[in-house]
Amino acid sequence: MTRFLRHRLFWPVAILVALLALNLVFTDNFFRVQMKDGHLYGSLIDIVRFGAPLILVSLGMTLVIATSGIDLSVGSVVAIAGALACLQISDLGDQNSIGGVLGAVGIALALSVVLGVWNGLLVAGIGIQPIIATLILMVAGRGLAQLITDGQITTVNSSPYKLIGGGYWLTLPFSIIIVAVVLALTAFLTRRLALGLLIESVGGNAEASRLSGISARGVLITVYTFCALCAGIAGLMISSNVSSADGNNAGLWIELDAILAVVIGGTSLAGGRFSLGGTVLGALIIQTLTTTIYSIGVPPETTLLFKALVVTIVCLLQSPAFREKVFHRRRRPQAPSPVTEEKVRVSA
Amino acid sequence: MAAPAPILRMSGIGKQFPGVKALDGVDFRLLPGEVHALMGENGAGKSTLIKVLTGVYDIDAGEIELEGRRVAFSSPLAAQQAGISTVYQEVNLCANLSVAENIFIGREPRRLGRIQWKKMRRRAEEILSRLDLDLDVSAPLSSYSLAIQQMVAIARAVDIDAKVLILDEPTSSLDAGEVAQLFRVMRRLKEQGIAILFVSHFLDQIYEISDRMTILRNGTLVGEYLTSELSQVELVGKMIGRELADLEKLEGRPPAREAAPLVEAELLGRTGAIEPFTLTIHEGEVVGLAGLLGSGRTEIARLLFGADHAGTGALKIDGQAVSLRTPRSAVARKIAFCSENRRAEGLIPDLTVRENIILALQAARGWTRPIPRRKQDELVDKYISALNIRPANPEQLVRNLSGGNQQKVLLARWLILEPRLLILDEPTRGIDVGAKAEIQRLVAELSDGGMAVLFISAELEEVLRLSHKVGVLRDRRLVAELDNDESLTTDRLTETIASGAIS
Repeated sequence: MTRFLRHRLFWPVAILVALLALNLVFTDNFFRVQMKDGHLYGSLIDIVRFGAPLILVSLGMTLVIATSGIDLSVGSVVAIAGALACLQISDLGDQNSIGGVLGAVGIALALSVVLGVWNGLLVAGIGIQPIIATLILMVAGRGLAQLITDGQITTVNSSPYKLIGGGYWLTLPFSIIIVAVVLALTAFLTRRLALGLLIESVGGNAEASRLSGISARGVLITVYTFCALCAGIAGLMISSNVSSADGNNAGLWIELDAILAVVIGGTSLAGGRFSLGGTVLGALIIQTLTTTIYSIGVPPETTLLFKALVVTIVCLLQSPAFREKVFHRRRRPQAPSPVTEEKVRVSA
Repeated sequence: MAAPAPILRMSGIGKQFPGVKALDGVDFRLLPGEVHALMGENGAGKSTLIKVLTGVYDIDAGEIELEGRRVAFSSPLAAQQAGISTVYQEVNLCANLSVAENIFIGREPRRLGRIQWKKMRRRAEEILSRLDLDLDVSAPLSSYSLAIQQMVAIARAVDIDAKVLILDEPTSSLDAGEVAQLFRVMRRLKEQGIAILFVSHFLDQIYEISDRMTILRNGTLVGEYLTSELSQVELVGKMIGRELADLEKLEGRPPAREAAPLVEAELLGRTGAIEPFTLTIHEGEVVGLAGLLGSGRTEIARLLFGADHAGTGALKIDGQAVSLRTPRSAVARKIAFCSENRRAEGLIPDLTVRENIILALQAARGWTRPIPRRKQDELVDKYISALNIRPANPEQLVRNLSGGNQQKVLLARWLILEPRLLILDEPTRGIDVGAKAEIQRLVAELSDGGMAVLFISAELEEVLRLSHKVGVLRDRRLVAELDNDESLTTDRLTETIASGAIS
């Protein structure tokens, strides 16, 4: 039991379960998943489906944060990728041509990669602090997205493109499948290959890593590129789901939700150890919270306040220092009584 | 002689970490106005005892009495307020703040909530002058040497009404003159009735300054002795639990075989760090570097490892001109470097022992070619037992190891790469006698096996014992290169360092 309690993912899981349980009270059949027209439907499926872009962005963010960096530009990359893909598709003679859509997707993702390399070069090559370096693209990128869409909302009518964010495959929403593949790929790169060790090492002590022969520059450029690529895929998903690109609002503030998801998942903003599973849980918690707000009928004007409140509680529960204070308050007697007091502590 | 009542008494102290019994039934007492040395090998429990005393850790068993009253400190701050101040091996001050700010941080003299800067500076000067220090108190701390920073830490500690002052290896980075200055300060504090707990690995210093000592071994108490009644040989025997002839065994090493030059530096230099120097290191040769702190020893090492860029000169490896732009390119040419600054430039504290050990090898292979887990365990187990790393748990976080064991982890990281040139910068600093002997023996074995070693140490005996030739540095200049033959003694080395010329 103690081992279970001490597992680093215990609290995120507990919080997610609590939120889901809350929904069950307010919504009948919340847990029901049913088959309609060969597709799976249900609130749980919806949470994962709508949360898919956030999970993707958060995965990339996790690796960046593990190097003790941060990427504020993901929201802008989301907008740029969506805008560019939609622009390309709207220029196609036949918007349903698979080759044309694949080309548009490829160009959008390639630009995302370029933007990631740009971030990486600013951080690792020139040595600008990550928060400032990515702030540049956060602001400039929003402008670039508007430039691409001419400040308008570009709509497309392409069924292959619609598949990415709104379609189904093998009974599951296609976006969930994309997330699963990216997650598996990330886990493979970091845990089966040695990228994870090098990232944690650079985040834990950059100078010591350099003196161990690690190319910290290469690692940093890799993670910023990966992060932008994830944001690019998320951008395609978001714009595909609504079949349009909105340079102003697509992915707005998603960087903050992503950072939050990473932190809830137990990865320290100071860098070092990271947890992909924790991040996925964190993103799901945020999405579930959004769903909960609608399902229990929180008045719209208090939505943000309610969300802030829950997030504060979640973060406090995640903090070992806070838990120590609250749950073990009487652990250290200030003025020890002469009575011999057995100090029982579970394996310190 | 009737001993005064102890100001501090710890009895039956026990402390358990997961998998390790760090302290077991340890008694310790401290009399007012004495310098009490706490002795023991790495991992004997010295640091744990200090941390238990100062409230960093809880105790699992036993009790602590301060001035006859039972106490339990919940934090270092609480201990400090009760009169127990600690100065750690690594200076824990803010280098970017001024000297005065550092002394008064957290308890600045205030009036109406406003800090009285003038008063603060004046009082800081007073405090420092009590310790015979004349500093510009408004200059940033970083503008002073490590030794001075240490003194500032002590000044800060004793100003907080200290009854007990704990000095955890304060001398490990000081040169002889600075040590003398520190000892003068310690004697003065002693006269004021402050009890000083002193930890150092330099036996001569222990015998010079301490009145009494307590010896620990493997977390248990060996005994308490008057320094004047225990000889050095007996002390070492009690610390490691066996007679120490090991150190002497290294004497009479075979001279280096005539071997090909491995690394040739020709007028290599870097402005502001080291004047151009010329140095050749042959295969299987141990080259010692001797000189005072800040004389350019580390700077030479960093140039040869590519940690800094050379401004002038040329470097040849195996007769081929190379330019080492990064440590990575040096590692690719089988050059390894153990930094003197383990914490900042060596270990990744949040990673495990295993991960720290395989880090350089993994970095050399690149992240696309992971080392199979079985191979990792094999390598790590081999070096944990070869270097006697304790606790022998590869999944332990490296931050939880004692200094000597951390040093061994760092050594292991480089040894699994099988380097051709191993650069060791102060590998035995802050390490106990037993581990020191182990590391020295290792260096000798490695060089016999054909590995070249650049050995940097502040201890001249050690340099002499191991090296085939010794480079002497003074004021950022390589002033002499002496063959280590019969005629070379520590006296002659000292003289060369002092005069800056070959005598």
